[in-house]
Amino acid sequence: MSYASVAAETIGFRGHNGDQGEAYYARPTGAGKYPGVIVIHHLPGWDEWIVEVVRKFAHHGYAAISPHLYFRDGPGSPDDIGARVRAAGGVADDQVVGDVKGAMAFLRAQSNSSGKVGLIGFCSGGRHAYLCACRIPETDAVVDCWGGNVIVDDKSQLNAKRPIAPIDLTEQLRCPLLGLFGNDDENPNADQVNRTEATLKRLGKNYEFHRYDGAGHAFFNTMRVAYRPEQAADGWKKVFAFYRKHLAA
Amino acid sequence: MCSYIVEKARVSGSAKGPSGWMRIDTANVYFDHPYYAPLDHALGIDFVCEADGARERVAVELSAASARELVTKIMVALASGEAAHRAA
Repeated sequence: MSYASVAAETIGFRGHNGDQGEAYYARPTGAGKYPGVIVIHHLPGWDEWIVEVVRKFAHHGYAAISPHLYFRDGPGSPDDIGARVRAAGGVADDQVVGDVKGAMAFLRAQSNSSGKVGLIGFCSGGRHAYLCACRIPETDAVVDCWGGNVIVDDKSQLNAKRPIAPIDLTEQLRCPLLGLFGNDDENPNADQVNRTEATLKRLGKNYEFHRYDGAGHAFFNTMRVAYRPEQAADGWKKVFAFYRKHLAA
Repeated sequence: MCSYIVEKARVSGSAKGPSGWMRIDTANVYFDHPYYAPLDHALGIDFVCEADGARERVAVELSAASARELVTKIMVALASGEAAHRAA
């Protein structure tokens, strides 16, 4: 279902440790209750494509929010802030989990909330989505779009900010998971995707994985050369079908 | 790839950005998805001054082939320039 009117704006929210941050929030303007979606941005930052995705969810009948996970390193343009965060080794997992919890609390506190909230993340945000779904039991559904480093083969990549590979938290996952992957991706590569699926299967989790030929990393991203329209169109159908099933009131 | 892997080169010099010239002490070098260049992956270099807080940067995103070409030409320019100065 789509709606003729949405409202979209930058809003304030309370993130990890109660820090005051900014987020992009879009929702249908029609009267009613709507499920929520938290859009977790990729490593380059809180960019134009990510806020377009937020508006897309609103168009399809969701109250969607994308917390700016790098707000503490502003002010500045998203690309400059992203560069600062990269140079500092990225954001800490605990901080991301706290920010996503804050965004979830924001959505559920709105008068239009149905109470259901799903997560979706792209690239490093896909990893964050997997991580947050495992660590936030109030998550109702999660979509991991080609999250890299869910499996960490080189343990030297684990550090104080990212101490645990998300795959090792899978036991804690309580909600359904949808995974979308390009078969030409290098991170996660096909073997890592297979091993993630094997772990979910072994632990009896509710999941569905879809793998796309002719696509690599970031194939939804209309602003990148990696965009693959045919595969992306099918992937979006999978996302909305998954949320219709699991975020319905 | 979306990695946080960054090579930090300690440099000494200056760079010209949106607010004019600034001193720089660090080049953050990485190979990942670019922000702007129409490439799947790019070699990114952010020239910053960490001593001044690294709030501004001068950034480039280069294809892998052109980054290697740049490396080669830097070495050639240094060799020929230093030789010319020694001869002078």
